[in-house]
Amino acid sequence: MNNIFVYLEIEEGRVADVSQELLTKGRSLAAQVGCRLEAIAAGAQLDSVAEQVFPYGVDRLHIFRDPRLSPYTTLPHTSILVELFKQEHPQICLMGATIIGRDLGPRVSSALGSGLTADCTSLEIGDHEEKKEGKVYKNLLYQIRPAFGGNIVAWIVNPDHRPQMATVREGVMKKEIFDPHYRGEVIEHPVADFVKEEDFALSIIDRHIEKSKVNIKNSPIIVSGGYGVGSKENFELLYQLANVLGAGVGASRAAVDAGFAEHERQIGQTGITVRPKLYIACGISGQIQHIAGMQESSLIISINNDPNAPINAIADYVITGDIETVIPKMIKYYRKNTK
Amino acid sequence: MSFNIIVLAKQVPDTRNVGKDAMKADGTVNRAALPAIFNPEDLNALEQALLIKDQHPGSRITLLTMGPGRAAEILREGLFRGADDGVLLTDRAFAGADTLATSYALSMAVRRIRAYDIILSGRQAIDGDTAQVGPQIAEKLGIPQITYAEAIERAEAGRIRVKRRLENGVETVESPLPVLITVNGSAAPCRPRNAKLLQKYKHAKTVTERQVEHIDYIDIYSSRPYLNLTEWSVADVDADPQQCGLSGSPTKVKKIENVSFQAKESKLLTGSDAEIDELMRELIANHTIG
Repeated sequence: MNNIFVYLEIEEGRVADVSQELLTKGRSLAAQVGCRLEAIAAGAQLDSVAEQVFPYGVDRLHIFRDPRLSPYTTLPHTSILVELFKQEHPQICLMGATIIGRDLGPRVSSALGSGLTADCTSLEIGDHEEKKEGKVYKNLLYQIRPAFGGNIVAWIVNPDHRPQMATVREGVMKKEIFDPHYRGEVIEHPVADFVKEEDFALSIIDRHIEKSKVNIKNSPIIVSGGYGVGSKENFELLYQLANVLGAGVGASRAAVDAGFAEHERQIGQTGITVRPKLYIACGISGQIQHIAGMQESSLIISINNDPNAPINAIADYVITGDIETVIPKMIKYYRKNTK
Repeated sequence: MSFNIIVLAKQVPDTRNVGKDAMKADGTVNRAALPAIFNPEDLNALEQALLIKDQHPGSRITLLTMGPGRAAEILREGLFRGADDGVLLTDRAFAGADTLATSYALSMAVRRIRAYDIILSGRQAIDGDTAQVGPQIAEKLGIPQITYAEAIERAEAGRIRVKRRLENGVETVESPLPVLITVNGSAAPCRPRNAKLLQKYKHAKTVTERQVEHIDYIDIYSSRPYLNLTEWSVADVDADPQQCGLSGSPTKVKKIENVSFQAKESKLLTGSDAEIDELMRELIANHTIG
């Protein structure tokens, strides 16, 4: 009872990276508050889920097996979580801030009347005092996220309602095997006890999965542009530099909103989190929500004509200048020195 | 076949264009320095409603927003683009609401409006980026939801077919009505204001606006009822004040930080040829690139 639950996203039998990352986080939070870690798998191909998740230190795995549960639709998965949580009373529930998690999380939180914090960049355990009532709460989940377009960071708590729910984007937490030989308990639940027939009212007519054309998550070098790049045409310069360096091209939210780059390239709290060995920030001012997605880069170069751009504070090299002059020089001298 | 459509919209500070004066010296947000705009994805949602109305004449679009008095601005903005009427849900008791308390209040207003077939809203608002209020309203009304919608392919008696965007593809789903749909920014942009509608609704006002602005040509509001924007309080929608605003919010803000980054020792370069040459040689030598 009162354990930490992680909802697993499963595509063709494989547990998603974001779920593995949340299990890792869930394991460490469970150790801090002294409870167990539980996971929920609902879908069709679930045979290898247990061996995939136990090494992350899962104590109990709840299995809901039904061909109609895959691909994901909102209502049956909601009913499973709501009914299971009414029995189990979890203290914390974590989900990926993915299209599934952001569809499912709010529905479940509304049904249970519990709070939910979206797109957390950090989760910690700590105490909380409600000064007005003079009440002290032990071991609450601090749900930490940039807010207000990424201009501030908010620490959110849910003092009185359970579970404390949070979503986290892929790549924000690190996945780490807890113990390769760890074994928990598997519980197979009868789906009919949890899901009503009318939950299947919505039907999937067609589904096209495309391999993403953009894959910068694992690029060792990233050239990234912000609003300061100025135009879609100027973004071409970034592609040229990336081409020469064998790098991926990323963008800040402002650049994506302005139409300079595709949404899939957005780096930051509401985009992708990256940890390359070199991050070249071009015309990026450095809002918190962007920095949250790239601050763990090993080496950061900032090219900006504003010497006081906030991102310069975390950069190893600050080049004050226009990208139109600096980038061609970088290409030229890279070529010269690698000949 | 015609549809009753409700579009949920929010007036938001334009967090995308935050200038230097957006933060006060004490680290709090200076809302006054940010222009208030129609939440961008709510405009995408309005366009989807207008497209349904184009194809199914006789359909009716009601724009619903919750906020302070000045949020009536976006109701007029919606009327200028083709919505049929606007409702402002406003009350001090709503202040400090998190997504759950917000969705409760809006769901009570939806119940008050009338029979509805389709509720549309943007995927998320740019001031919070949570994407929670839409699904939470759907849950409270006990209706299905379709999130991340990109196009409504077909609306017919009792059913709707919608294409939605996934991380790595697209999915087409069919749902019974009524349904709540949240619309992604990748959907069709909203049409501009219509000059005739602008003329027609220019003076549309809530009752509070009429009182505050001391409008004396009050007669036009009785002769032209479409100029009256509906304004509802907690009591008007039969909401429980305990479930609204701060008291109805399970999440509490423990603290707000204006983050200052751990400043590194940065090497400052002016971008001269010699410096860039040196930098590239250094990066190649330590195997960062090359």
